[in-house]
Amino acid sequence: MSGLPGGGLNIAYEAVERHAAGARAGHEALRFVGTDGDVRSLTYSDLAEVVDRFASVLRGLGVGAGERVFSLVGRRPELYASVLGTLKHAGVFCPLFSAFGPEPVRMRLELGDARVLVTTRALYRKKVAPVREALPGLRHVLLVDADGHADPGTLDLQDLMHRAPPYGSTARTQAEDMALLHFTSGTTGRPKGAVHVHEAVVAHHATGRFALDLHPEDVYWCTADPGWVTGMSYGIIAPLVHCITTVVDEEEMDPLRWYRILAEHRVTVWYTSPTALRMLMKAGDEAARGQDLSALRFVASVGEPLNPEVVVWGRKVLGHPVHDNWWQTETGGIMIANLPALPIRPGSMGRPLPGVEAGLIARDEQGEPVLRGGRATLVTDPDTVGELALRPGWPSMFRGYLGEEERYRRCFVAGWYLTGDLARRDADGYYWFVGRGDDVIKSSGHLIGPFEVESLLMEHGAVAQAGVIGLPDAVAGEVVKAFVELHPGHDPSDDLRRDIIGFARRRLGPAVAPRLLDFTPSLPRTRSGKILRRLLRARELGLPEGDVSTVEVQG
Amino acid sequence: MNEHEARAAVYAATSQVAPDVETQGLDDRSRLRQDLELDSLDFLALVEHLARHAGVDVPEGDYGRVGTVASLIAYVAEHA
Repeated sequence: MSGLPGGGLNIAYEAVERHAAGARAGHEALRFVGTDGDVRSLTYSDLAEVVDRFASVLRGLGVGAGERVFSLVGRRPELYASVLGTLKHAGVFCPLFSAFGPEPVRMRLELGDARVLVTTRALYRKKVAPVREALPGLRHVLLVDADGHADPGTLDLQDLMHRAPPYGSTARTQAEDMALLHFTSGTTGRPKGAVHVHEAVVAHHATGRFALDLHPEDVYWCTADPGWVTGMSYGIIAPLVHCITTVVDEEEMDPLRWYRILAEHRVTVWYTSPTALRMLMKAGDEAARGQDLSALRFVASVGEPLNPEVVVWGRKVLGHPVHDNWWQTETGGIMIANLPALPIRPGSMGRPLPGVEAGLIARDEQGEPVLRGGRATLVTDPDTVGELALRPGWPSMFRGYLGEEERYRRCFVAGWYLTGDLARRDADGYYWFVGRGDDVIKSSGHLIGPFEVESLLMEHGAVAQAGVIGLPDAVAGEVVKAFVELHPGHDPSDDLRRDIIGFARRRLGPAVAPRLLDFTPSLPRTRSGKILRRLLRARELGLPEGDVSTVEVQG
Repeated sequence: MNEHEARAAVYAATSQVAPDVETQGLDDRSRLRQDLELDSLDFLALVEHLARHAGVDVPEGDYGRVGTVASLIAYVAEHA
C-alpha cells in the first residue's frame, strides 16, 4: 500500500499502477484460461495499459467522477480493464452477474443509476435491449465483442480503446470517495446497493495476507465471478494489490477442468466456495487422481457454512484442509476466518481477524435485538445462539445503501452492525453459523431475496400469490422453492409448473429463479396478510411450527 | 437407443430442468452452459434426470464430451 503520490487513495493505483511503475512491471498479473485451455496473460505493465485506455474512453464519453459504470460480461480481460479503468477515472463500478435474467438486470441498472454498461452483444440483445427505453440514464453501452459492428445504440469498446489517447495520472480520489457498488438482497423490498469506498483496499490488502496468506510468488485462483462481491474483493483487488499472479477461468464450473487448472497452472492459493467443493466431492476422488496438486499450499472457502466432511475431504484429496471464512457484501472483506496459523475447527467459520470486533447479540421472540439502557445485550455463554454483530469502523465497511438512508440506519443498533446471520461462539472463541435471522435464501453462496422472486412470480397470469423459501440442498446449501396459489380458473398441473418456472427463469435467470415449485390452495399468512415463510419452511421440512398465534386460519 | 429416442430423452430432461428453453426448433449446436444458460446446478439436475428416466449415466469424466445439445444426444444414443 502506498497512497497516491501527493495524497489521496485510489484502488486502481494500489492494484496496478504502482506495480507497473516499479520493479515488478513485467510480473504476470492475470492469466486467462479459455475454453480449450488456451492461455492469455497480462503483465502488470500490460494491465496498466488497458486500464489507462479504459479510463480514457470514459473521459472521452464525458462520464463524470462518481458516475456508475456497470458490467454484464463474463470473466474476460475487458472486464478487468473496465473495473480498474473506472476506478482510475474516479467513477464507481458495479458488476452484475451475467446469469441474471433481464428483470434483475433492469432493476439494478435503474436503482444504481447506471450511466455506462460494459457487456457483450449477446447479453445486450437478450437482457438489455428489450428494456433500454426504461433506462434513460443509461447513456453508453459498450460492447466488448462488437468487432467493428456495434448494434444500434451501442459502441464498439475495442475501437474506442484503440483510439483512446493516454489518460495520464490517476484521478485524485480520497479514501472516503465511493468506488464500488454491490447489490445484495434483503427479505423485503428491492435489492440494496451497498456502497464501498476507496479505503476498502486497505482491508483487501490486510485480509489477503491474514486470511488467504498471499505472498509475492503465489499463483492464486479465486473461483468466484466478479459479478459478486467475492469475485471483486478477492478475485480482482486483493491479489493485484499483493502484486501476485491470478488465474481466471473463463469457463463455468466443471470438476475435471478445475483439477486440471489447479495442476497445470501450479496454483498455490485457492479460494473457492462450499458449493463448488461439494460438487468436486460428488465427482469422486478418482477425478483428482493423476493430477499433480503439489503446488497447492492453502485452500479457503466462503459463501455458506462448510460442512466438516468437506474440510476432511480436502485434507485427503487436495492435500490440505479447507479454511472456511465468513463475510458478506456489506463488510466488503473477510471478517472471521479459520486462519492459516491456527488449527481448523471443521464446520466453524473461524475467529475474528485482527482488528475485527465481533459479538453475538441476544434477540427477543420477534427476532429484535434485546436492548437494556441503550446497550445491546450480548450473548456471552459459550454455544448460545445470538445475532452475529460487528463493531463498525473497519476500512471496507459499506458506507450506505445507495439512496436508502433509513434502510442503512436500521442495520445498526447501539454501536453494532447487525449482520442478519445467527451464530454461536464456542468456549475458544470460534464462531459457528446457525442460520439466517430473516427469510433471505443462501444458495450457492449468493443471497436471494424472497420478495424479488415472489413479486416476479405474481406477474405470471396464473399466479395469485407466492411464497418463496430456501430448502436445504446437499450441494448448494439451499435451493429456492416456491409455493403458489393459483387464480380461479387455473388448475395445478405439471405443465403449469414448468410454465411458471420457465417464466421465472427467463425473467430472473437460473441463479435466482425457483428450482422447485408446489401449488397450494392457501399460503399461511399473518392476520395482516403477510406470508409466513418461516411456517412454509417448517411445514416443508416437518419442523416444529413454533409460535403460530398470529397465523390467520383459512376456510 | 436410436438418435430419435435419445433426442426425445434429452428434450424431456431439458424441459424439466430448464423449462425456459424451447426445445422445438432448438439449434443442435447450442452449448448447454453458454447458449441455453444452464448453470452448474441445472447441469447436475439434467444429468440426474437422464440417469433416472433414460437410464444413461454420465460420469464426471465425460462432462466435457456433452457440452452441446448435439453431443449430449449422441452420448445418450450411444450409452443407453
